[in-house]
Amino acid sequence: MPIDQWLPGMLRAGALIALLVMSFILIFLIGESWPVLSKLSIAQLGTDSSWHPLEGAYNLMPMLTATVLASTGALLLAIPLGLASALFTVFYAPSCLAISYKRLIELLAGIPSVVFGFWGLTVLVPLLNQWQPPGASLLAGILVLTLMILPTVTVMAHAALAAVPVELVRSAAALGLSRFGTIQGVMLPAAKAGITAGIILAGARALGETMAVLMVAGNVVQYPETVFDPVRTLAANIALETAYAMGDHRAVLFVSGLLLMGLIMVLAAMAEALGKRQHV
Amino acid sequence: MYDAVCNRGLRKLREYVVQCLIYSAVVLVSAVFIWLLIDLLRGGLSHLSWEFVTELPRDAGRAGGIASILISTLLILLVAVLTAVPVAWMTAILLAEFVAIGSWFGKTVRFSLYVLAGVPSIVFGLFGNAFFCVYLGLGFSILSGGLTLACMLLPILTSTAEAGLRAVSHTYRLAASALGLSRAAALLHLILPAAAPAMAAGLLLGIGRALAETAALLFTSGYAERMPDSLLDSGRALALHIFDLSMNVPGGDEPAYASALVLVSLLLGINILAMKFAYGLQRSKLML
Repeated sequence: MPIDQWLPGMLRAGALIALLVMSFILIFLIGESWPVLSKLSIAQLGTDSSWHPLEGAYNLMPMLTATVLASTGALLLAIPLGLASALFTVFYAPSCLAISYKRLIELLAGIPSVVFGFWGLTVLVPLLNQWQPPGASLLAGILVLTLMILPTVTVMAHAALAAVPVELVRSAAALGLSRFGTIQGVMLPAAKAGITAGIILAGARALGETMAVLMVAGNVVQYPETVFDPVRTLAANIALETAYAMGDHRAVLFVSGLLLMGLIMVLAAMAEALGKRQHV
Repeated sequence: MYDAVCNRGLRKLREYVVQCLIYSAVVLVSAVFIWLLIDLLRGGLSHLSWEFVTELPRDAGRAGGIASILISTLLILLVAVLTAVPVAWMTAILLAEFVAIGSWFGKTVRFSLYVLAGVPSIVFGLFGNAFFCVYLGLGFSILSGGLTLACMLLPILTSTAEAGLRAVSHTYRLAASALGLSRAAALLHLILPAAAPAMAAGLLLGIGRALAETAALLFTSGYAERMPDSLLDSGRALALHIFDLSMNVPGGDEPAYASALVLVSLLLGINILAMKFAYGLQRSKLML
């Protein structure tokens, strides 16, 4: 049986393909961005008067601002809710309730972004419109994003809390700490790294999310003055314009894709480093 | 004395307030989620019928059904899974069985997969458009869309399969070599069967991810809602259909609700099945 001779080689070829895919993605993103990276200066993407790609004005800053604002807003809402959900399942809920609540969160994680976007468009946006027109706004984007990243925060926080050694909990109980005292003084500090890693991952997810935000945020390129103003995020911009973009315009869209990917890679590396620290 | 009583009262109050806050957060999350589900069910069930699933869309999707869209979705999934699975599983076997965990090659492959897992789907869409549609000249086609999704699936399929292989008890390998089995034979007859449930769970999760994907398909698989003639024909995936109906087709809300209900039920079924396979494995690891 020569299978033992050719099997490792074949497997290696498969792994090489996986490597190639990664490098191809980088090569093509950089290659398509090259016209802009070499010809226009990067600074121009921040100093041009506005985003009017057909007239050669490529200011990405309003969209970058909108992306960061939407993600930050979603995190501000999702962190307390997700942390409360995790604490509920670990400490407060009776076990049957904890299990069904966990299932609910897992279900929420399985709903595709386009369905969140659709629900936001048909339910949330009309509701917001009655309150503060036009409805399709930064706030709508934040709310939909919150729902989408809540499971990430919850599941990671739950895993981190559940991994705290049981001796710590017992010692706290032996010292007569109250339930909140245990949480505040023992559990949260012990699980800090894991919880933070979850929050960073959730942030990365929010930055890259396209469809849901595209559907509810109104897609006007501007710096929002209030949360009720419509905005366009970087990812939404790529989705809206790639189909017809040509030349420099197309290259700028690839630059914004590269930018998003860079941001998310930095966040993912931070989360990974923190996650490692949790296990030590 | 008075101070101590007062402190104790304060602490009790704090306990109580925190508990109330946590319960209200949980009630809020559950309420919003149940609201969403009820909305989907109510909006979808009124329009959902056997004809909806078996008829071709008419009038930009306002009337008729989603038969051609389901076929396109299935074809895109097939292309993605059939190309991604061999590569991913071969990589996983290599990483778990043949390469030392700290080796240079293993580290490089694992790192690149880790980076790949973090790439947002819209960037996969850009890459797919530049590479498959333009550079390879496949155009807006089911093949381009499927291959783009295959790139997205690689990290998920590899990491779940590697985790499954590593979870196989080391005594299996020792026993196999004590019996004089070759490594390939031990792999084929012992380790792969033992890791099969985990690999199946990973595969199902990957299929779920691909089914839910919209952004990566926007400008790779195209928009055509007709029945695809071949893999080189443009075909609209179910998730994209929901997007198009709700954004570009006035009066498309009802079929969009029904399509969303179909999509969510499919995903639910796939995820439940995956969790069944993954029972005992780290669920949270598989989910994220």
